[in-house]
Amino acid sequence: MAAVTLLEARGLTRHFDGLKAVDGVDFDLHQGEIHALIGPNGAGKTTFVSLLSGRIPVQSGTIRFSGRDITHLPAHARVRLGIAYTFQITQVYGALTVFDNVALAVQSRHSHRLRDDAMAALTRVGLQDRADQTAGTLSYGHQRLLEVAMGLGLDPKLLILDEPTQGLAQGEIETFKDIVRGVVPAATVLLIEHNMDVVMDLAQRITVLNFGEVLATGTPEAIRADKAVQTAYLGG
Amino acid sequence: MTVDRALFLHLGLIAALLAFHFVAPAYHHTNIARIMVLAIYAMGYNIAFGYTGLLSLGHALFFGSGLYAAGLLAYHADGTAGIGLIAGLLAGGAVAFALGLFALRTAGVAFMIVTLMFAQAGYLTVLYFGSYTRGDEGIVIPKAGRMLASLDLSDDNTRYLVALALFAVALLVNLWLARSPRGRIMVAMRENEERSRMLGYNPYTVKLTALTISGLYAGLSGAAYALMFGYAGASLASVQYSILPLLYVLLGGAGTVIGPFLGALLMFYLIDYASSITDAHQFVTGVALVLLILFAPKGILGTIRERGLKWLP
Repeated sequence: MAAVTLLEARGLTRHFDGLKAVDGVDFDLHQGEIHALIGPNGAGKTTFVSLLSGRIPVQSGTIRFSGRDITHLPAHARVRLGIAYTFQITQVYGALTVFDNVALAVQSRHSHRLRDDAMAALTRVGLQDRADQTAGTLSYGHQRLLEVAMGLGLDPKLLILDEPTQGLAQGEIETFKDIVRGVVPAATVLLIEHNMDVVMDLAQRITVLNFGEVLATGTPEAIRADKAVQTAYLGG
Repeated sequence: MTVDRALFLHLGLIAALLAFHFVAPAYHHTNIARIMVLAIYAMGYNIAFGYTGLLSLGHALFFGSGLYAAGLLAYHADGTAGIGLIAGLLAGGAVAFALGLFALRTAGVAFMIVTLMFAQAGYLTVLYFGSYTRGDEGIVIPKAGRMLASLDLSDDNTRYLVALALFAVALLVNLWLARSPRGRIMVAMRENEERSRMLGYNPYTVKLTALTISGLYAGLSGAAYALMFGYAGASLASVQYSILPLLYVLLGGAGTVIGPFLGALLMFYLIDYASSITDAHQFVTGVALVLLILFAPKGILGTIRERGLKWLP
């Protein structure tokens, strides 16, 4: 089966004062896949997805999305093209209601069915009964789910999830895995994740970053068997 | 069909102000007309500050733009009140848009300073062109320039009713805006700019739009002030007039639709009462503001909303 490329990064680079946070990364995302991005702390994962989402400007290299060069497009314009980013540290609007949080995502794409679409996104993460609650009063786990619902509300082609299961209880992680499985193949998921059980369960392909460079890309089985990966993780 | 409580509340305020017209003693009648005009200004300030989080110290520039657009047209070009109001509205919006193009490249304290500097430059420009503006002394607008079609704005009753009409429109537009999707985006920008950017909103254009709407309100208010009270002077474009709407909004409740009116009303009468008992009336208002910040930092309506009336827009 020939995979259709949704996103293609070539030679992507970003240094911070000599620290090579991301250094010449080539990276392809296939349409409809769940792709996990793993690597030791400080490997450059968050910087890398920040370059993809436009939160940090690219130093050199190119990014193409759906066949279009988006290297120099500002972040908000990339969101409009269909790249949704959910924050590693939960950033819901604490003073607004749960409904308003998701409505902000839905109305960003000029939906004519604001209420229906917002409630649909909330239903997908199971928060439909809390629509009128103030977001800041939700439990941490529910705030993480709301963050995901905001991503879904954008109806993205690519959903970037930055450590979504961090701090969640085991039961919540199972819920979360079901949600992510429901997103593909209509959309594509790029998942930064430390929890290896989640990665091995969900991902069709995995890319390993280390010191800002790609160490390996492949199926979960191939990554598990990769000597270089084992060395990087186990310090062997 | 649920009852739209918020709409009823706002229509109720307009109705109450109309009823007041028939029973008010002359002194308070004039005061309330002035307060309604200033409340339009404060509503505009609230759209930038209360809803979008733009703390400007330069709104006197927009108020002054409207004031002088109407005043100079009437004084030098025999303009009538209708033209003056429209010119003031547009002048306020255009100046706010132009200032926003530059000032919105900054944020926070830098934005406060940049807006303050622009407004000071505007104030000094009024003085510099004293041969046209008559500077501090100001221009007294001729009676012909205060005619709105057949309505004479120098007449107390007409003035009150026209002020009420403008106030009512401004209030209902504000209510509509606050409850519209665009209002939600403005609040989102205030609450978390980075998050809003990652939902696809360009912070620069959202803030520029809000500031321009704010300028339209301020310009309309400035023009109405000049035409209704017959005077346009440089003191009305001074820094004091940048601070006043901020105080009104803080007192009444930032990010509430009625808050600016309530704040203008209370502050006006507080100053009025304080000056009748002491020369140190600014001390009294200062104490009132310190108490407000200490015990109700969200203003009167902001506190009420927090304590239970969550539907208050």
